[in-house]
Amino acid sequence: MRRFLISTAAALVVATFLLLVAGTDPIEALSVLASGAFGSTDKIADTAMAWAPLALAAAGLIVTFSAGLWNIGVEGQVIAGAIAATAAARWVEGPGWVAIAIGLLVGTVGGGVWGMAAGLLKTRGGVNEIFGGLGLGFVAQAFATYLIIGPWKRAGVASTSGTDLFREEAWLPTIGGTRLSVVPVALALVTLGWVWWMLRATRFGLELRAVGSNLRSARLVGIRSEQVMLGAFAIGGGAAGLAGALVTLGIQHKLVPAVAGGRGFLAILVVLLAGYRTAWVAPVALFFAAISVGSSQLNLRLDLDSSLGGVLQGVIVLAAVLVAGWQARRKAETAPIEGDT
Amino acid sequence: MDATLASIIAAAAPLVYAAVGETITERAGVVNLSLDGSILLSAMTGFAVAFMSGSVVAGFVAAAAASMVVALIVAWSGIRLRLNQIAVGFVLTILAADLSAFLGDDFTRLPGPTVQARPIPVLREIPVIGQAFFGQNLSVYGSLVLVAAASWFLARSRRGTELRAVGERPEAAHARGISVNVYRYLATAAGGALVGVAGAAFSLDQRAGWSEGANAGFGWIALAIVIFGSWQPMRVAAGCYLFGALQVVALRLQPVFPGVSQVLPAIPFPLMILSLVLVNSKSIRTIAQRLPRLGRVLLPEPPGALGTNFAAD
Repeated sequence: MRRFLISTAAALVVATFLLLVAGTDPIEALSVLASGAFGSTDKIADTAMAWAPLALAAAGLIVTFSAGLWNIGVEGQVIAGAIAATAAARWVEGPGWVAIAIGLLVGTVGGGVWGMAAGLLKTRGGVNEIFGGLGLGFVAQAFATYLIIGPWKRAGVASTSGTDLFREEAWLPTIGGTRLSVVPVALALVTLGWVWWMLRATRFGLELRAVGSNLRSARLVGIRSEQVMLGAFAIGGGAAGLAGALVTLGIQHKLVPAVAGGRGFLAILVVLLAGYRTAWVAPVALFFAAISVGSSQLNLRLDLDSSLGGVLQGVIVLAAVLVAGWQARRKAETAPIEGDT
Repeated sequence: MDATLASIIAAAAPLVYAAVGETITERAGVVNLSLDGSILLSAMTGFAVAFMSGSVVAGFVAAAAASMVVALIVAWSGIRLRLNQIAVGFVLTILAADLSAFLGDDFTRLPGPTVQARPIPVLREIPVIGQAFFGQNLSVYGSLVLVAAASWFLARSRRGTELRAVGERPEAAHARGISVNVYRYLATAAGGALVGVAGAAFSLDQRAGWSEGANAGFGWIALAIVIFGSWQPMRVAAGCYLFGALQVVALRLQPVFPGVSQVLPAIPFPLMILSLVLVNSKSIRTIAQRLPRLGRVLLPEPPGALGTNFAAD
């Protein structure tokens, strides 16, 4: 908690400095940011809809991080899920809820398959998961773009602004007249709860953590580490794919090239700030979703670039990581026996 | 043919700076994962400074300094705080990208100064290679010189040998009196500065000007090419020129297949993955064991201590 406060304070100092350089009143900018995230029913709905995919992808990343894996391919897994969900929304006929259910299911599977591909490259091909995942991410991005300007192009003229809108029955249903849908929020909460329980109370969770903390001893006690890693990639990718499906069916209602839009990478920052602890993912993701949604108002109201939100998020996480490292070093250096890292 | 070769060499120049710079850093055992954001931040800084001062040189210097600061944060947090280099580098790449978008907002799509062409008389008349190697500007010449210099430095010079020792076996290097972490700071700073030069080579030359996310993706591509090129400057440069050739071909194909430029950034990764999978496949391993000399060419190993932190105590 202390670390969280220190890093948020650091971010505020940096933000104040940047805003003064940009010639804007910092307090006004921050209040615009806050009201942009929570100022009206629509804004709160937008924040909640941004929170759900972020929390979902982060929940999946908790699983891969537990196994000691850097799933930077998460961005591509979000895209894979979005592509699969788009296929369902375009092809599945009949009642809307059937198309939505199938879309969410194939989105999860699509992301899971894309995650497992990175896992197989690591376990079978000896390709580090960071680069395998990044590579698969670029491939997914290129494939989405190809679909949007090729086979799934808009009626008439192909454009990188996205496919045609899905039929309205295949949009996630919203409450009353708001933009809020219960489905993503519920799915994110359930997934977070399941991950929390799975890591603590199941044999697989134990094996995951064993592989993550010490691969060699995990193998020595007979844990089949390759299968555990593949399982982690399947779960992490599946959660990211579900996030992509929710973004597509619930927010954008079409496939756009920037469907992932950095959500996967932002989820990695969420997990880093949450200190790899599941229970912290929900509040940290809410904090970050609010910054992301609120900062879009900066452009409209103050003519500031909305990337200030990203700068804030980045500085908070960087400060948190550095402060954590600093604390750990001070502890180690004042301890009578030097701890090995 | 002359013109095509010349445009490949020029198009690949920024990537050469970034990938060779990262090669030097990684050879000392440090992974600077911040490249993608660093290139954006330095491209923006380079353009902004050159725009305001009117001096292209000042732009390059400022760009190198910006990336060097980012790289030094990675080095410091690894060496002093013993933090995971991947984690810090990843956070920095995201932060630097957003910072470039925020600070560069006022400089978006402005015409600005660019590097002037400096063809070398007589030599540029040489058939086939003349235009490519002697008909360019200082930014491109610099990239060619860098490849040769980095290659010589790492393979032949005493300092280069010590730097490699630091990246391979820091304990052994330390025992022989080499200051491991001094080398790591210097290699990360130098590599970071070259990444910054790459950014300026984009915004002041190859893709002159600045806009948000202008050169996004190139940092990840450079990181992939370092692996593809097995941490050897010559091979890394070859990877960059291969990608440069793909870029030039894609540009020519654009009128025929309009989607080609969007698909292009994906290409280096399948190539890298394929080469890594091949390198790790059983048959290649067997060949390498039978023929050790060929094996050393086929089976490049990453620096032994890559991504780990070293403490002398």
